[in-house]
Amino acid sequence: MTTMQELAGHFGPYGGRFVPEALIGALEELDAARIAAQTDPVFIEELAELHRTYTGRPSIITEAKRFAEHAGGARIILKREDLNHTGSHKINNVLGQALLTKRMGKKRIIAETGAGQHGVASATAAALMGLDCVVYMGEEDTKRQALNVARMKLLGAEVIPVTSGSKTLKDAINEAMRDWVTNVETTHYLLGTVAGPHPFPSMVRDFHKIIGEEAREQVLELTGRLPDAVLACVGGGSNAIGIFHPFISDREVRLIGLEAAGDGVETGRHAATITGGSPGVLHGNRTYVLQDENGQTIESHSISAGLDYPGVGPEHAYLHDIGRAEYRAITDAQAMEAFSILSKTEGIIPAIETAHALAGAMQVGKELGPNAVILINLSGRGDKDVQTAAQYFGIPL
Amino acid sequence: MQTPLASLFVKVRSENRAALIAYIPAGFPSQEGCKKIIKAFVDGGVDAIEIGFPYSDPVMDGPTIQAAADKALSQGTGAAEVFDALKYATDLGVPAVVMTYWNPIEKYGVEKFALSIADNGGSGVITPDLTIEESSDWKAAVEKIGINPIYVVAPSTTDSRLGQVTARCSGFVYVASLMGVTGTRTAVSSGAPDLVARVRSVTDTPVAVGLGVSTREQAKGVAGYADGVIVGSAFINKIIDAPDEAAGVQAVKELAEQLALGVREGR
Repeated sequence: MTTMQELAGHFGPYGGRFVPEALIGALEELDAARIAAQTDPVFIEELAELHRTYTGRPSIITEAKRFAEHAGGARIILKREDLNHTGSHKINNVLGQALLTKRMGKKRIIAETGAGQHGVASATAAALMGLDCVVYMGEEDTKRQALNVARMKLLGAEVIPVTSGSKTLKDAINEAMRDWVTNVETTHYLLGTVAGPHPFPSMVRDFHKIIGEEAREQVLELTGRLPDAVLACVGGGSNAIGIFHPFISDREVRLIGLEAAGDGVETGRHAATITGGSPGVLHGNRTYVLQDENGQTIESHSISAGLDYPGVGPEHAYLHDIGRAEYRAITDAQAMEAFSILSKTEGIIPAIETAHALAGAMQVGKELGPNAVILINLSGRGDKDVQTAAQYFGIPL
Repeated sequence: MQTPLASLFVKVRSENRAALIAYIPAGFPSQEGCKKIIKAFVDGGVDAIEIGFPYSDPVMDGPTIQAAADKALSQGTGAAEVFDALKYATDLGVPAVVMTYWNPIEKYGVEKFALSIADNGGSGVITPDLTIEESSDWKAAVEKIGINPIYVVAPSTTDSRLGQVTARCSGFVYVASLMGVTGTRTAVSSGAPDLVARVRSVTDTPVAVGLGVSTREQAKGVAGYADGVIVGSAFINKIIDAPDEAAGVQAVKELAEQLALGVREGR
């Protein structure tokens, strides 16, 4: 799937670099470092060792037989990224980039975070590797995800609430970019998703594709065949691209991304960028964007802070346009129903982000019927969402 | 491209001084207020004007310009207001350009945007987040329409890349004096003269320096080695700090007068 265009940081018309000239040097340095690391046995072994002894890889798969009754009786297999250290897939990328930071001789990392999962993972890696860590987080999100703010602080990171713009993830990214422009010589911007300027979309994908590589083998071993469909939630799209990528050349495997429809795409209060947006440029790359007629970014809405983003990774935009992946939108209500069902049928409380993928599986399972095998990336656990979910379901705290 | 902006730099070179270039976002403090500020710029001796296209995600801008852009956006400022302000400035006889992040151009239509710049008397466009690698459509449009594409270079830009970026520039090369975002600073970066010298070694295009200039003394210092001095946040602060619009307009005019003296004292 690596094409000449991708080498230049493009996925069809998407991707590329739309950044202040001041950042070009750092992006070139990062690209050189990650390309060198990819073929360096020392780096590869160091990261693999960390994944074995720290992340807890390989993550297991779990067949969700009771949940499957709500999904048309299809075989439902969960890839358990929620069992990773720090509770989500985010750690895969963070450990890789933190190792690169050290290789580049930088001592400070900055990160943006929405739900707080990437911020927690970044703070964790910084603590492990002795790096200074500053996390930018929209003020709105610091309120929605107070527990994760505390976790980051306990891990020794500084959390800076961002009060500009919509005070959510997109503004946290803006603020991190401003910090990076100013401190680029000493600082690595540890971007948490498959968006941003080249090489971030390719690099972050490469650190996450271990999810799909493991899952492909595990599903083959369990069922003797490839799944009919692979599902994952899509905000920026890092967990989705991680599980999709090793299946891209398996043409018979459907790849289905579930975006956040919030109150419903038709209401305008949503975060379903591919479903309800249009091509544009945001945060350094060309991709689908929620924007108005002047090219101004429109605020996104979702019950899930981690999906509440008005852009999407450029590779998803490309996979959508060429028809290799499908993208559907799941409302807050549909996601919360799936959240509740998985909790009560399998004893697994998922992240609300992940619940969007589960709701998608309930639809797709009914469409494909009982002979189908559906692989879902269970990208994160729901501990951080207990307060939001309790409020939603009217459980007194 | 022979634009009013290009002619201005010929003129200031003959006068052995630097040009004073002032920035204001369209729609700030209001659409009519923006025109009063433009008039105050001209009355105060500003040589060229940058009309900012307010954008929701301005990663190159510090808190002052962000706040001004947010205010302009909350009042519904869009492409129509940007071109209206541009026309107002050029009708006053002063060279003017638009400074905009890339997405508003792409959304408006690349060639159509260049055409609207020319139709409203504009000389060119500053694009702070358009890299040369992504600029082929823009290059074709500006060449067809005949306006100046102005790119920003930074202290971290390597010599070889400086050659590539400045080769795409006309009108002037925008030199970001330091690694950082827009905003006033107590001192202009000591790295700015070095960067200007590096730019001059690869191009004959005039060089204007921005980021951090707010006082007559700083303008004088920059005018010693650059062809243009760009001031933005300092004017916006005057507007924000003033008790009312009229006082803001007056304060802007007075600052422009001081800076206009500065750009004539540098050599």
